[in-house]
Amino acid sequence: MLKIMKYSFFDLIRSRWSFVYFGFYFLLGMTLLFLNNDVSKAIITMMNIIVVLTPLIGTIFGVMYYYNSKEFTELLMAQPLKRSTIFLGQYFGLALSLAGSLVLGLGIPFAIYGVVGSAALLSFALLLAVGALLTFIFVALAYNIGLANDNKIKGFGIAILMWLFLAVVYDGIFLISLFVFDDYPIDKFSLIASTLNPIDLSRILIILELDISVLLGYTGAVFQQFFGTSLGMIASFGLLFTWVALPIGLIVRQAKRKDF
Amino acid sequence: MFRLTILFLTLHFLAFSKQIDVCKNCTQTNIQSAISVADSGDMVFVKAGTYNEYDITINKPLTLKGEKGTIVDGQKKGYILKIEANHVTVSGLHLKNVGMSFTKDFSAIHVYKAKNFKIENCTLEAVFFGMLIEKSNTGLIKNNVVSGEGTQEITSGNGIHLWHCNNVVVENNHCHNVRDGIYFEFVTDSKVLNNLSNHNLRYGLHFMFSNHDTYNDNTFRENGAGVAVMFSKFIHMERNVFEKNWGTASYGLLLKEIYDAEIINNRFEGNTIAINIEGSTRVNYFNNILKGNGWGVKVAGACYKNVFEHNSFSSNAFDVSYNSKMNDNSFNENYWGDYTGYDLNKDGIGDVPHRPVKLFSYIVNRTPETIVLLRSLFVDIINFSEKVSPVFTPDDLVDEKPLMSFK
Amino acid sequence: MIRVEGLKKSFGKLTVLDNLDLKIEKGGIFVILGPNGSGKTTLIKSVLGMVVPNAGNISIDNQPILKEWQYRGNIDYLPQIANFPSNLSVSELLKLVKELRDKPTRDQELIALFGLEPFLDKKLGNLSGGTKQKVNLMLTFMFNSPLVILDEPTSGLDPIAMLHLKELIRAEKENGKTVLITTHIMSFVEEIADEIVFLLDGKIYFKGSIQELQQMTGQVDFEHAIAAILRREHA
Repeated sequence: MLKIMKYSFFDLIRSRWSFVYFGFYFLLGMTLLFLNNDVSKAIITMMNIIVVLTPLIGTIFGVMYYYNSKEFTELLMAQPLKRSTIFLGQYFGLALSLAGSLVLGLGIPFAIYGVVGSAALLSFALLLAVGALLTFIFVALAYNIGLANDNKIKGFGIAILMWLFLAVVYDGIFLISLFVFDDYPIDKFSLIASTLNPIDLSRILIILELDISVLLGYTGAVFQQFFGTSLGMIASFGLLFTWVALPIGLIVRQAKRKDF
Repeated sequence: MFRLTILFLTLHFLAFSKQIDVCKNCTQTNIQSAISVADSGDMVFVKAGTYNEYDITINKPLTLKGEKGTIVDGQKKGYILKIEANHVTVSGLHLKNVGMSFTKDFSAIHVYKAKNFKIENCTLEAVFFGMLIEKSNTGLIKNNVVSGEGTQEITSGNGIHLWHCNNVVVENNHCHNVRDGIYFEFVTDSKVLNNLSNHNLRYGLHFMFSNHDTYNDNTFRENGAGVAVMFSKFIHMERNVFEKNWGTASYGLLLKEIYDAEIINNRFEGNTIAINIEGSTRVNYFNNILKGNGWGVKVAGACYKNVFEHNSFSSNAFDVSYNSKMNDNSFNENYWGDYTGYDLNKDGIGDVPHRPVKLFSYIVNRTPETIVLLRSLFVDIINFSEKVSPVFTPDDLVDEKPLMSFK
Repeated sequence: MIRVEGLKKSFGKLTVLDNLDLKIEKGGIFVILGPNGSGKTTLIKSVLGMVVPNAGNISIDNQPILKEWQYRGNIDYLPQIANFPSNLSVSELLKLVKELRDKPTRDQELIALFGLEPFLDKKLGNLSGGTKQKVNLMLTFMFNSPLVILDEPTSGLDPIAMLHLKELIRAEKENGKTVLITTHIMSFVEEIADEIVFLLDGKIYFKGSIQELQQMTGQVDFEHAIAAILRREHA
């Protein structure tokens, strides 16, 4: 698996798109840090972008890479390799190269700016960790969509819809249902519903670090327990890792049964 | 003995008043007996050592001074020191272990119906109430440290508690781990300067029915519920710091029924709600910095003719939040961290007016659980649409001249 | 060498292989023929483990291969479409495939044969279709495996490369290997096949030499013989 991963990774980091993606984050980091000097504000803006953009890019690159490397995959399948080895190798190669673009693209401006050792280091590290995890999650989801759909156009469409759903529509439905069921005890529901969507979960992880003060403004016992203690952080991270593990498991399962 | 007599006589000749020493080997071995033999205007000097005494009563004008290392242990039996006369000065004492009671407000120092009192450089430790000043005028409370060890509001008292007083200066004190750090009720023409009040169970500063008071240069940090200011007129708050007051009902500053106040040059950082206003009128907020709070200014009805000018709002989850569509307050020339306009003529004032109230703050007011959606893309989208055409938020709540930067 | 028993495979409602039995002995060149959609590629892919059959058994040298993967180390496979990671160079790809097998190779000889030296450091994404197919052939023939499977090997090749290909295939046969080919080019079949396996409607319709096929159909010409089968079926 490591061999496949290595070659996929090298293939991808040399692609033009990796450079564009890296360059985007690099410029973003530079602009935000050197134009407004307020690190915590820069981190909030970055969070808004990362939480939406890394899933989108992960999804698009995921399906694109899956379909583009279809023939190469067939060549690999004729080699003495397990199927899971091939797909996990490609998956990790892709996810690592995207996560690398993110971490380096934002990390370099921050290092130049001198965030190491500053108070913002923890929030920044958290931001990068969450961005990387989101990349791993959405590339895995996209790979699953690719594996389930041989039709490229259809797969692409489903992937984009999935992103749209998780990034926007889900929250809309969520908000409306909170509004409608206002009269019932809904704090448990609202916490659970937000952990079922990795984008929401990542957002909560970051606001636990950045906006904890506002989250503590509510009396609900569940909220208090979740936000008031380190439980929130630990549980959110645990769930995010589950969100990585589940679709990877599904890739292995789908790969075993699929015909090429 | 001979030497002591010499010393005694020397001091007697040197000063108009005499000094009575208290120590293990002195004539006076406890403070109460020294006080009872002292005449008005004398000084009782307590030498280093631990004295197990409580309910020590000062009923004549004198100075009670402690040497470094003097500890008076009240053994949790009642009051430690009671001042019931004018012109009493207490300094340099370390008082600890005040009794706890549900019926009596035991305190380390109790001042009752006294004028011209001074309490300086004292350390009050493990108190129920620290200082309880009742019906007293013209006093100075300076350079003291007051701390309790209560864990529940009901079993702890206040650090510096004034009731029906006027013309008192509370300066440079540090109150921590009590119920309310500094508490004023019916206190007028007084000043609270340069104090630090932190880690208190309820409020760092709490006052009610106290008019014409000044609160400058104090720091209120990490108190259970921040600072509460109620039913008072003509107060002046300047250069105070309100920070890290976190919790479900925690405010940097809670204003309730306040009229004609000035709130200037204060800094609010990292509070759940920086300023919560209820029923306040003609309050001027100038040059305050509100940064990194959950709510910057939360307006909960019946607030009229308040003026917000030259304040800086940045990195708050909600800069300004209203619970209705009504607005009678003015926002002018403030700096808004999330202002998205531009300044083409470079006069430092944004060319596009700013609407500080977001739709989402209105939603959160209605359904608090929606807070988990803070900063989500969907919320950004609805905030934007509300900004373009206000439906739920006050449409006249606009800063026409938002500042481009805040120095 | 290869034994296929009762192989069934359907994609949705479409049955592609229907209870197929096939025995291919060691040594020789076997060409699998059949109309479009008759299951040639599915059969090959089943042998390679790329398609998971619904039922049946496949064994190579008496070893069942379903759900196994190590056996593919003894098969050389040429996929139909040559498409490689576009940002890797030819030599990197070569290195990858060599690393995956860890067996002696004759890649230098093949590079010389197909004239690939100038392309070694070029990115695969920048190669022409024909050159990609040459790379594809090189990757296939560089190992010395007893079973060689070629899926449409002639596509996109120039006449010289075509000659080299035929020579390579013959050489493999002379080394006692089993070569399995699918193709549409009838002249190529005539020239090279020892035995023909004709698939129709998911079953083996005919298996034997070209002469036997001609005798069976009564046609002298090979292409006509094939056409006769198809006509007979659809009459």
